[in-house]
Amino acid sequence: MSRDLLLKIELLSDPKALYVVRGAVGRLAETLGFAAAECRSVVRAVDEALTNVMRHCYCGRLDQPIELYFRRLHRRSKAGRQKGLEVLLCDRGPAVDQAKLRGQKPGELRPGGLGLQFIRQAMDAVDYERVGHTNRLRLVKYLPSEKVHRGHEERS
Amino acid sequence: MQISIRRVNNATIVDVSGDIDLANSPEMRKALLHEVRDDRKPRVVLNLSQVRYIDSSGVASLVEGLKASRDSGSRFILVGLSGAAREVLQLSRLVKVFEIYDTEVEALAV
Repeated sequence: MSRDLLLKIELLSDPKALYVVRGAVGRLAETLGFAAAECRSVVRAVDEALTNVMRHCYCGRLDQPIELYFRRLHRRSKAGRQKGLEVLLCDRGPAVDQAKLRGQKPGELRPGGLGLQFIRQAMDAVDYERVGHTNRLRLVKYLPSEKVHRGHEERS
Repeated sequence: MQISIRRVNNATIVDVSGDIDLANSPEMRKALLHEVRDDRKPRVVLNLSQVRYIDSSGVASLVEGLKASRDSGSRFILVGLSGAAREVLQLSRLVKVFEIYDTEVEALAV
């Protein structure tokens, strides 16, 4: 699997930035070839992940750092060659209690926990790790497979 | 996001437009709970036809409005769901939980 950095965004934990980030992520997903519904899914996942950081890791403080890295992914599988988008979201809040990462059951009538459900529905992979003093949430979305033909060079 | 409130007969109609996210969903929540809980309006109709985006905090505000209306014995109705609003309610599987109509006329007639 290879990764090329496409975009890096640094922002503060002010919810007013969400609107701007959604715009950028939507355009990026579009240029990578995602269909309209998939673009909306990626935008929703990133927006909900940022919202969780702002609310739960930084407890509503507006001046805390968040970094987003967007990388192009390539992988080969039995189905063929797949391109995708990896989003790495980094914050400096306290470590996340993984027991709280379960989210809400679909159809459950209570406010809260929906964001994680939306993220899991939207993405192909969602991984969390703590590295030093940083929380890292990794989101991955793949495009549909392309068949690999002999003699064709893989292009990025 | 913009919110405006109208009175039609015994109903309150809350028109919301734009993006509903963490930056402004508390404002929508406050407006909805004021109408349902404080003013005890018998019917609160939320018009979502001009909503371009709604996140989980926005959906949570709708759930709170619905719960408050059940507590106070009033009706909480969603009307004219935009594509974005309908998609999010379907993802959360809450479409059947809310009373939803296509038009304001239908919402006021029932």
